[in-house]
Amino acid sequence: MNALIAATVVPNFGGASSCVRDNGTFCWSWFSGRWGNTFWPALRQHLLLTTVAIAIGTAIAFGLTLLAHRDRRVGPPVTFVSGVLYTIPSLALFQILVPITGLTFLTVEIALVSYTLLILFRNFTTGLAEVPSEVREAARGMGLTRRQVLWRVELPLALPAMIAGLRIATVTVISLATVAALVGINQGLGVPIFDAIQGGAFKTELFAAGILAVALAIGADLLLLGVQRVLTPWAKARSR
Amino acid sequence: MNRSNTAQSEGPSSYPSAAPLEFQSATKRYAGSAKPAVDELSLEVPAGEVCVLVGPSGCGKTTAMRMVNRMIEITDGDILLDGRSVRDRNPAELRREIGYVIQQIGLFPHLTIAQNIATVPRLLGWEKERTAKRIAELLDLIDLPDDVRDRYPGQLSGGQRQRVGVARALAADPPLMLMDEPFGAIDPINRERLQDEFLRLQREIQKTIVFVTHDIDEAIKMGDRIAILREGGKLAQYATPDDLLTKPEDEFVAQFVGQDRSLKRLSLARVSDLKLLPADGFERNGEPTLEERTSLRDALSLILSYGGKPLPVLEEDGQVTGLVSTELITATLES
Repeated sequence: MNALIAATVVPNFGGASSCVRDNGTFCWSWFSGRWGNTFWPALRQHLLLTTVAIAIGTAIAFGLTLLAHRDRRVGPPVTFVSGVLYTIPSLALFQILVPITGLTFLTVEIALVSYTLLILFRNFTTGLAEVPSEVREAARGMGLTRRQVLWRVELPLALPAMIAGLRIATVTVISLATVAALVGINQGLGVPIFDAIQGGAFKTELFAAGILAVALAIGADLLLLGVQRVLTPWAKARSR
Repeated sequence: MNRSNTAQSEGPSSYPSAAPLEFQSATKRYAGSAKPAVDELSLEVPAGEVCVLVGPSGCGKTTAMRMVNRMIEITDGDILLDGRSVRDRNPAELRREIGYVIQQIGLFPHLTIAQNIATVPRLLGWEKERTAKRIAELLDLIDLPDDVRDRYPGQLSGGQRQRVGVARALAADPPLMLMDEPFGAIDPINRERLQDEFLRLQREIQKTIVFVTHDIDEAIKMGDRIAILREGGKLAQYATPDDLLTKPEDEFVAQFVGQDRSLKRLSLARVSDLKLLPADGFERNGEPTLEERTSLRDALSLILSYGGKPLPVLEEDGQVTGLVSTELITATLES
């Protein structure tokens, strides 16, 4: 018991409030003092990391999906490679990339994008595969060309599954992006979290960064859900 | 000169409203299969007639139909639409000139009813106003209220969806319609209604129609001509319903049309086709009555259920115009 108390190192923030000195659950004044120079920039960085990773991941996964749609042989190797990437522990992947691309934005993006590929590719291809065959048959039978069938019928119908994939990938990326700070990359909400851990589990900083990350994830998820509602009014209109 | 101008501007499209169709030894052989799926099928469908392809499963009836719009490629022989080989046509363009209705309908769930119907007009680059006018016309033709325009297929009943499927196929006024078991997934009561509705519609639009079914009763009801196919995609007989029932060419056809083919023939004729017995001195006594439009099959059934005695035919005003006896009905089978 004693040993445990002794091990708790209370950070010495000279002249800090008693809440900070006692490592209280959440020191509001400390947080609001750091909002402008620490948390708000970190949150914006985090949002940028996520947006760029999702955008690039979507572009790559979508391209691969179109290829796999045209040629069945493309699907299995893409699933295999993206599956292998997905299983690499995130900490290890960041560590492997640092000697090659340095402690940079690029390093984080390479790692994050590689995690999105499996989720996005799987959901995109599932969406296309689930288009009812009679709808495809009717489209072809009425004289739509292959390309018209894809863009006017198959992709719009695959949209709910595709957006579902985007939602999972986005939440995953927001959570994974915090790990980057652990290998020393100064990007995003992972930085204050790592700082708090190193500074003896300083609760206010830990909670603040953690809550912001969770809020960002929930916000992004709701936003995508809203986008889906707007883009696929028909999905809700089923009476049966 | 004036007249021809008017006729052109009134026509909803540049196609003829109906075109003849001809199978010329059309054959489909799949790679790795010894027997052809469709074997030298030859038959002519005059413009504006309904040709029903019927037969047991595996007889190649759907394959034969799908060769017409090149959903399946012909291996040998040819198919001519309006005298032109379908093999020389660009498949997508050809299909836009041929209405296509399938059993599962295949409406686009993500598009409204109006957008579904507008599919082919949009492919053909019609102007918005012309398309909108056509949609209104078609909704009226299939008896759906105008407010279904902006609903999605998921909000309609099975029967309504089926009718929208027919309207969508008719949108660009194609000279030929292909219908693959269009009423196959509908319950029996609604199926009969849709069949009647479709026959009424066909009297109005007079399209050339290839209609596939496995149900001989439906074939007899819907077809101007019936092509019975047997396994291996061979044509067993191509004839009018009446000829098929009176003169089946072989044992297979006789079996397929069934032992009750006399009754089936009776269902093709109506009381109005008979020369009624005079009703002089006839007193009504609570017996069932017939109408001009009652089918002879139903008339016979009513007579039998009432002890075989002749039954009266009533006009709309309740006047007895004459009597129908079993002899009168059976005499029609001898011709």
